[in-house]
Amino acid sequence: MNNKKRMTLLQKQSAAGWGFLIPGTILIAITAFWPMIQAFIMSLQTGSSANMTWSEPIFNNYIRMFQDKLFLRSVGNTFLYLIIQVPIMLILAILLAQLLNNRDLKFKGLFRTCVFLPCAISLVSYSLIFKSLFATEGLINTILVNIGIFQENYNFLGNAASAKAVIIIALIWRWTGYNMVFYLAGLQNIEYSVYEAAKIDGANGWKTFWGITVPLLKPTIIMTFIMSINGTLQLYDESVNLTNGGPANATITMSHYIYNNSLGQGVANFGYATAMSFFVFIVVGILALINMKVGDTRD
Amino acid sequence: MTEKKNKSMIQRRLIPTYIFLIIVSFLSVFPFYWMISAATNESIDVARGKIVPGSYALQNFQNLIQNNNLWGAMGNSFLYAVVQTVLALLICSLAGFGFELYHDKGKDIVFTVLLLAMMIPQVATMIPLFRMLSTLKLLNSVWGFILPSISTPFLIMMFRQNSRNFPIDTMEAARIDGLNEFQIFYRMYMPMMKATYAAAAVITFMNAWNAYLWPRVILTNPDAQTMPMLIANLASGYTTDYGLLMMGVLFCSVPTMIVFFVLQKQFAEGITGAVK
Repeated sequence: MNNKKRMTLLQKQSAAGWGFLIPGTILIAITAFWPMIQAFIMSLQTGSSANMTWSEPIFNNYIRMFQDKLFLRSVGNTFLYLIIQVPIMLILAILLAQLLNNRDLKFKGLFRTCVFLPCAISLVSYSLIFKSLFATEGLINTILVNIGIFQENYNFLGNAASAKAVIIIALIWRWTGYNMVFYLAGLQNIEYSVYEAAKIDGANGWKTFWGITVPLLKPTIIMTFIMSINGTLQLYDESVNLTNGGPANATITMSHYIYNNSLGQGVANFGYATAMSFFVFIVVGILALINMKVGDTRD
Repeated sequence: MTEKKNKSMIQRRLIPTYIFLIIVSFLSVFPFYWMISAATNESIDVARGKIVPGSYALQNFQNLIQNNNLWGAMGNSFLYAVVQTVLALLICSLAGFGFELYHDKGKDIVFTVLLLAMMIPQVATMIPLFRMLSTLKLLNSVWGFILPSISTPFLIMMFRQNSRNFPIDTMEAARIDGLNEFQIFYRMYMPMMKATYAAAAVITFMNAWNAYLWPRVILTNPDAQTMPMLIANLASGYTTDYGLLMMGVLFCSVPTMIVFFVLQKQFAEGITGAVK
């Protein structure tokens, strides 16, 4: 009798638990999973928003995608940003975290605040600041001409290679402090005595960095890697506001191109755009999976 | 004596570190300084490379509000960000509470499935969501803006993870005292999780304020636009008035910068969120 009553009490509690988590769960189902299913269905269709019909052949949008030079270029650009920017940024972030984790260092809080500060500004804002700084008549040009490196003002954003470099520099500026915060949190979990012991054993800074910091931060590094991949593959604000994809679409990212094809420039090419976005989804998933597999090998 | 000597030697060895950190700090802070100084100068002076603050701020401000609905955009941004923060904290903390403190096999499976949503890129869901919300007549509304961001796997995970410190024994005691499950949530859980709420609030407010792609999709009416949309428009013309543009950028950045300086610790905790 008593036992039975207790069971129903537990069941009651379990039901209450479900009640708490159901609003959030349903919202995610409606705003993430259901649209994802719809996106896949839409990617097999053609026509504009109101009347869409099945593509002929059914994977036509996917075939078209790999013949679309501009899309392939946007994929290339996005991967270029990923391959160059992410490693530089993460190594810089770990290095800064390591330096700031030194007990003898003074003004630690001030340095940390400075490096972290770029996170306080929106992506649109910093894109516009960098656009202005690197403009043909911008400050960077003025400085470079005045100290004699350049003969005359250079159109950084009007040249494909330099425009990409500006995007990469801007990204490093904005996100290094963000990643450093993760590493600082990770380093706090490492006993300081480990470092002291290494110092007594005669290990120099470089050795402790690669021998202690990096291995112990491995889980954090993998996580920041996955987050950076995820973020970089979805780059949009910078491409739109810093270079507007230009010159002549030389710096356009995947998200920017997808937006232009669907809601941006009056061409409601929903089927094709969702096919491309499904491609982004698959790439994000594959890269994250590889990352976790690589990180899993314990040796 | 020797200790003192030792200390000064340590500091001397740290000189390259200090130099490196000063350079990085300068590079991090300089664009902010430049933004503020450019907002106080005439466009032509900014283009000439003037980096000391000038006396043109008021004129830039007047030019800015003359052709742009600055207060409207500021109001919208505040409204959207505050509503999103309040609702997201409520829904996600409830879910985190439920997932962790009532956890069983079924709930753990549901949670794992939810985490998969973290891998879904925004560009993939934006078109179906746009169609869904336009059928529901929610374009250009605060609800359309916040709907995809009220419940996020990140925040749920953050609350779930931090709930581990919540003492389960006191829940049993509270039940004996006659509190029901919901009372346990808002009388015990909410006050005890203040730090997590603060961190979650900061990160959600920042994200909502800074959002750009989704607002561009859902807010097609100029009267509904947000600050990032407004400043993006300032720069889209053929010629740019740098003084005016940076005045706009400054207005867009001040609220988040205040949040940053006042609640830096909570912001850092919000970023690292569920990672413990």
